[in-house]
Order: sequence, then structure tokens, then C-alpha cells
Amino acid sequence: MAVPANTQNVIKDTLADYKFGFRTETKSVYKSPKSAKGLTPEIVKSISDYKKEPAWMLEYRLKALEVFNKKPMPTWGGKLTDIDFNNIHYYIRPQDKIQTAWEAVPAEIKDTFDKLGIPEAERKFLAGTGAQFESEVVYHSLHKSLEEKGVIFESTDVALQKYPDLFREYFGKIIPATDNKFSALNSAVWSGGSFIYIPKGVHVELPLQAYFRINAENMGQFERTLIIADEDSSVHYVEGCTAPTYSTDSLHSAVVEIIVKKNARVQYTTIQNWSQNVYNLVTKRAFAYENAEMFWLDCNLGSKLTMKYPAVFLMGKGAKGEIQSLAFAGKNQHQDAGAKIIHAAPNTTSKIVSKSISKDGGRTTYRGLVKVNKGAKNIKCHVSCDALLLDEHSRSDTYPTMQIEENNVALAHEATVAKIGEEQLFYLQTRGLTAEEAASTIVNGFAKPIIKQLPMEYAIELNRLLELEMTGSVG
Amino acid sequence: MTDILEIKNLHASVNGIEILKGINLTIRSGEIHAIMGQNGSGKSTLCNVLMGHPKYEVTKGSVKLNDQEILELAPDQRAHLGLFLGFQHPLEVAGVTMGNFLRLSKNAILKSKNEASIAPLDFMKLLKGKIADLKMDEKFAGRYVNEGFSGGEKKRAEIIQMAILEPKFALLDEIDSGLDIDALKIVAKGINETFAKQKMGVLLITHYQRLLNYITPDFIHIMNGGKIIKSGDKSLALKLEETGYEQFIK
Repeated sequence: MAVPANTQNVIKDTLADYKFGFRTETKSVYKSPKSAKGLTPEIVKSISDYKKEPAWMLEYRLKALEVFNKKPMPTWGGKLTDIDFNNIHYYIRPQDKIQTAWEAVPAEIKDTFDKLGIPEAERKFLAGTGAQFESEVVYHSLHKSLEEKGVIFESTDVALQKYPDLFREYFGKIIPATDNKFSALNSAVWSGGSFIYIPKGVHVELPLQAYFRINAENMGQFERTLIIADEDSSVHYVEGCTAPTYSTDSLHSAVVEIIVKKNARVQYTTIQNWSQNVYNLVTKRAFAYENAEMFWLDCNLGSKLTMKYPAVFLMGKGAKGEIQSLAFAGKNQHQDAGAKIIHAAPNTTSKIVSKSISKDGGRTTYRGLVKVNKGAKNIKCHVSCDALLLDEHSRSDTYPTMQIEENNVALAHEATVAKIGEEQLFYLQTRGLTAEEAASTIVNGFAKPIIKQLPMEYAIELNRLLELEMTGSVG
Repeated sequence: MTDILEIKNLHASVNGIEILKGINLTIRSGEIHAIMGQNGSGKSTLCNVLMGHPKYEVTKGSVKLNDQEILELAPDQRAHLGLFLGFQHPLEVAGVTMGNFLRLSKNAILKSKNEASIAPLDFMKLLKGKIADLKMDEKFAGRYVNEGFSGGEKKRAEIIQMAILEPKFALLDEIDSGLDIDALKIVAKGINETFAKQKMGVLLITHYQRLLNYITPDFIHIMNGGKIIKSGDKSLALKLEETGYEQFIK
């Protein structure tokens, strides 16, 4: 659905390019680690102390820090050499406890989330909401009916205190600290994020949403999310994220682990719209067991560099994995995004759809892995990657990797790269659309197969963001 | 009010090669003009230049719509003034439905005239009527712009667009090409009905006299080598059909 021309003009007149770039003046309650930049065992200890964590977690963090220090920086993907790990605040605590009523959230922070429309969204169409500001979740809520059914939706820090056994059983099992340099970093300094447990047979009909806001300059946000969908259950989790625009860089490095048990279904939807000074280096992985279904819907519009490849390990027979992504890279942006599917059991199916748009010299990369393990028979996998280039200066690359160790595999891969055509623009212009409206219409049409899978409210928002990115794009 | 599209000594080039070498033509509302000519005579170029295709460079001459010079205007501004181009090869736009696209277009044109936009339900009613007139499938409104359309469907879709956008002047570039006789009749009927209602000026570009069995032009022009070499009434087409172009190309 394209936004009418008059709406576009309103957006153009009233907003700058990135409308979430505002800053909020706050008083952090936890000053010392903030004032100290850089990453040392002392910082890690102080974070853990402050959170009053059990000893095993501190030990886990310190070991992860060692792994982080030992692992070299990845030399593939985007340009990571400019990240200055000594110029980052690893932990900022904006208030002293999590609130369950918006009124209790400090006014300036509540104001931020009001501007982002979070309380409004909660009232309208969410089953539960979490809001993270800097390092900590400042607000959390869950519909009473779900609470009564045994659904857990908490800040990950709270879950560690309240559900220590459940927590320890699953934490770090899908993505160990040793997985990669940034999962090690997250494991050392993680804070906030969502912990979700859906009991057997419970279907959460409305989405649960978490919103992540970086506010401070040179901030590192390292939320940790763990979702466990027990047998025959289902849940849809949505995350959104934004940050103010600064001239210096911030770092967002999350780890998301998901366990989808027999016959369960999890959808994880991301609308990533960081400001253009944020490095977004995220590890996301799900294990799907027998006849379970995991669906990543991953939309990346913001950030300076995103490196993110949501993965599904199909662990039980009949499991299904789907990863659909939309990436938009404008000036000075690189979206290195993709998908990983591991077929580790027979009769498993997977689908990867990647759509990317590059504009004003922006760069998009699709990096994908499809692996079929020995013994995983009767596999179906479909991969399709489409890239749309809006001008000569923009770039798109595709790096698909296939590792097939079985014979009975039906695998299809399609890839297209198209440049927005002069003829196509002319055609739409002859019908009265300006060049900009015409380009916008083409981009929205291109993105539609992904956008139409979002819940309506998010689809409208994403269309609006795309329109915004497209203003001033032609001529 | 009679609208006038006045083309004077129009020269245009593509990649430095001159295609139009001095076109003079005046079209008034309520008139149907047909331009006939062989491949490469410059017929399609004329349509594209009138509509402002960026590929072509106008090197000389003027085109005025009701005394306003339009050659400096972007294609959308020309559309706002009331020009419409029916494409020989309409383009596909994936993911954009015909209904949404046409409503966007209709509203863009209404807005340029400072008129209120059309309500979605009223628009759907209008569109449904035109879809029925052109004997298109009801699903037309929900299909992506020209995607997967047959040749005939694409041409009928162009006529639906013309009928909805209500231009002052419709330039129809080989709207008959690739149509079987049944589709040709439907398209011609669509043009005739729209013309009867809206009394716009029409410029038909065609290779063949066949289309003119169903649409009666007031004027026929024969184009060759980037110029109009002969103008006349309807009888000119029949003469052309009998004797071929050779007779007119000295």
C-alpha cells in the first residue's frame, strides 16, 4: 500500500530524514561504570555486583570476556576496524527499578517512549510490552490473562533472579559465548532484553513487543533475549529499536536465543531503525524441534553497519524454518544481512526470502548459508534474493553458501538484481506522480511481499519509514 | 471551452541523432487525429517527446497547451495539465495494485487542480464501472500493475487509465498493436465511449488502417522521416491502404 501524495508532503514538511534522532536529557542512577569507558574485568564485575547476580553468572561473564579478548575481529562482512572498544560505555542504568505503570517511569524517559508511540501501541494491540532505555528495561507489562496461564515475559535480569533454574537450563545453550567475537562481548556485559516462556499448549494471540532505545552518546547496548516456546504453544515477539543521531559511534550487540519445542511456533519480527551512527552486530539463532516452526521476519532500515544472519537449526523431523528479510541501505550505510538454515533432521523444510534496496551509495549484502547434514533426508529448501538499486553509486552483493551432505534434497535458489528503470519511472510520472512519488511507489511495491506479513500497525509504520527514506531521492 | 495542443516546428534527437525534423500539428478538443507511418518514421518518438520522456532532447520548436509552453515541464506536470500517453508497451510495477496506483494517480491529478481527492469507496465504484466497460476481470483492481497481463489486457488497462484520469489530450501509441480482432473491438469501443463522454483531443498512432475501421478520425497525417508529409481526412487512410506508403514518399 502506497502512502498518498499529500501524506508524503506532510511528512516531508514536518520531519527531517531520521525522525527518531532526538535526544533526552537524563540523570543516570548508576554513574561510575558510565563515567568509565572501556572494557575491563572490573567493569564486568561491577555490572554483575550491581545486579546482585549469582556467582555462576559472574564467572560466565568473566570467561566470556577472555574469549572476547582472544578472538580476532572478523575480517569479512562490513568494516569493523573503526570500532573503538575503549570509547564505549558498557553499562548505563537509567533508573533504579523496573516499573509496571508508565506513570512511575521517570518523566523524561516516559516522554521518549511517548514520542515513539510505545504506550499507545500497548493499549491498542499488544499482549505485553517491554521498554529498554540504555542498559536496563525501565517498563514491563503483560496481560493478566497470560500471566494466569503461566506465560513469563520479563526483563532477562529479572528472570535470572525470579526463575534461576529455568534460566540456567537454557541460557547460553543455543549461542555459547565462544560462538563469535560479538556473542562473547554480549555474554560478558549483557544487560536487559526479554525472557519469555510460553507453557505447553498456550497460544499468545497478540504480539509481545520490546522496544530498545539507546539515548546516551558512545553507548553500548547489549541486551540478551531468550525465548522458550514449550510444546504446542505459539508466540509472536516484535522488537523495535531507535537511537539519537550523534557524530560518534554507538554499538548495539545483542544475542537472541530461541527454543521452539515440538509442534510449537515462534515468530520473531524486527523493525530495526537505529540512527546512522550505530554498529548493529547481532547474533540470533533458534532451535526448532519436531514439527516446530520458526519464522524470523527481519527488517533493517537503520544503523551504520548491520551484520546479522538470523539462523534456524531444524533439529527435529518435520520442523520448518523461514527467514524473510528486508534491508534498506542509504548513504554511508551497509546492511550485511542474511540467513542461516541448518537441516539437521529429515523431512524438514525451509524458506529464505531476502529483499534489499540500496540508494545514494548505500550497500546491501545478502550472506546466506544452507546446510543439509548427513542423515537429513527428504529436505526442501527455497532461497530467493532480490536486490533493487536506485542509482549508479549503490551496491548490492550476494554470497550464498550451500553445504549439502545428503542426496534427497530439493533445493532452489533464485537471485535478481534490478536497477530502478527510467522507463518505469516515466510510466508512473505520465500518470501524474512526481519522480519521487514514482520511485517511492516502486520501492514500496518491491518491499510489499515482506511488509504484508507484518501485523497491520507495523506494516503502516514500515511503509511510512520507507516513504521517509525515499524523500529527496530523485532529482 | 476548447483546449488546444499546438505543436510548432518540433525537432528532437536521441543520442545526438535527430528523429523529429520539424513537426507542425494542432489538435483541438473533440478532434481525433491519426498519425500513420512506417517503422522508424518517428511516430512513437513524437508521443514520447510530447509527454517529456527524459531520453529525448528537444532541439527546436515549441509545444503549447492552451498557450502554455510545456516543453520545460516534467512528465507529471504535463499529466497534471491534461496530457495522457497510452503506451505501446506498458510497464510492470511489482507489488503495486492497479487500484492503488490509479487512485494515487487520480488524486495527484485532482490535487494539481486544487480539487479534493476522491474517497476510496467512490473511486472503487468509478474503477469498477470502467473495468466492466472494458470487459476486464473484476480482479483487475487487485492485480499488480501490468504484471502477468496478456498483451490485450495491457492495452485495455491503458484505456481504463485514460478513462479514469480524464485527460484533455490522449496520445495513444499503437494501442492496436498485438491485439486480436475481438480485443481490438473492445479497445476501440472503450476509446469511442470515453471520447463521446469526455470530448478530449485524441492523437492515435498506428501502423494499420484496421484500427480506423472502428475509430473514425477527423484528420489523418502521414509521417515519414521525422516530418508530417501529408494530411487529409479519413479517405487518406483508405488510399494509403490501397497504394501503400511509397506513393507519398517522394
